[in-house]
Amino acid sequence: MHPYLLSLIGGILIGLSASVMLGGLGRIAGISGILMGVFTRPENDNSWRASFIAGLLVAGALALAIKPELMSYDLAGFSTTAAVIAGLFVGFGTRLGSGCTSGHGVCGLPRLSKRSMIATVTFMAFGIATVAIKGVF
Amino acid sequence: MKNLVSFAAGLVFGLGLIISGMTDPNVVIGFLDLFGQWNPQLMFVMAGAVMVNLALFRTILKKQRPRYADAFSLPTKKDLDAKLITGSALFGIGWGILGICPGPGIVNVVTLKPLFLVFGASMIAGMFVHKVIFKE
Repeated sequence: MHPYLLSLIGGILIGLSASVMLGGLGRIAGISGILMGVFTRPENDNSWRASFIAGLLVAGALALAIKPELMSYDLAGFSTTAAVIAGLFVGFGTRLGSGCTSGHGVCGLPRLSKRSMIATVTFMAFGIATVAIKGVF
Repeated sequence: MKNLVSFAAGLVFGLGLIISGMTDPNVVIGFLDLFGQWNPQLMFVMAGAVMVNLALFRTILKKQRPRYADAFSLPTKKDLDAKLITGSALFGIGWGILGICPGPGIVNVVTLKPLFLVFGASMIAGMFVHKVIFKE
């Protein structure tokens, strides 16, 4: 199947998942917030967050078990140092900015949230700029 | 029931990320490489997800309450402040460096590749750094 079509199907699945979270639990499927909430929200009502993260992990495990080539990427161009720095920026930035690609992009844009529109344009622009700058060196 | 729904949603979300190419750092970097070898593939992910939610969110939010909870828990902040923009900018830089955002970061942990384990640990560390500094 053409990669564009696979991407569209994947996107539709992501959208359906976010709609199930909103319609079922009344929650935004914002992954950075859900992940941090697992560690920091001690209220009784917290287990749904761990369940969602478990679902993500099981999806990965299923893909690995059934079609491992889906998750065998060429990682030659990426160093451990880059992973450390990228992780810190992504973790800190998504908390400071109240969301990531899922919360602001997948959920915020369809809610027509101004904050999410600004956030999405900003992280896209800085992502594009970072890749452009890396290309110069 | 809440946990089952949430688990299923996480599962479908994760499969969507894998099928769409979002978990492959090369595909993401290719998408962000607008001024180089641009790969438009990921436009279709965002288009698919946003279209579905544009259609469904409206109907969902007209209901009195969600199916398995007492009320909708939606973001309450409205102001376009420096934190929103600075945080999103920093996130964008990190995304551009490795091509991995939080969802794919979690999914890729199961590969047990050192690069993804390091990224995952570092991302959670970054979140805690924010918590310590801003006490939120």
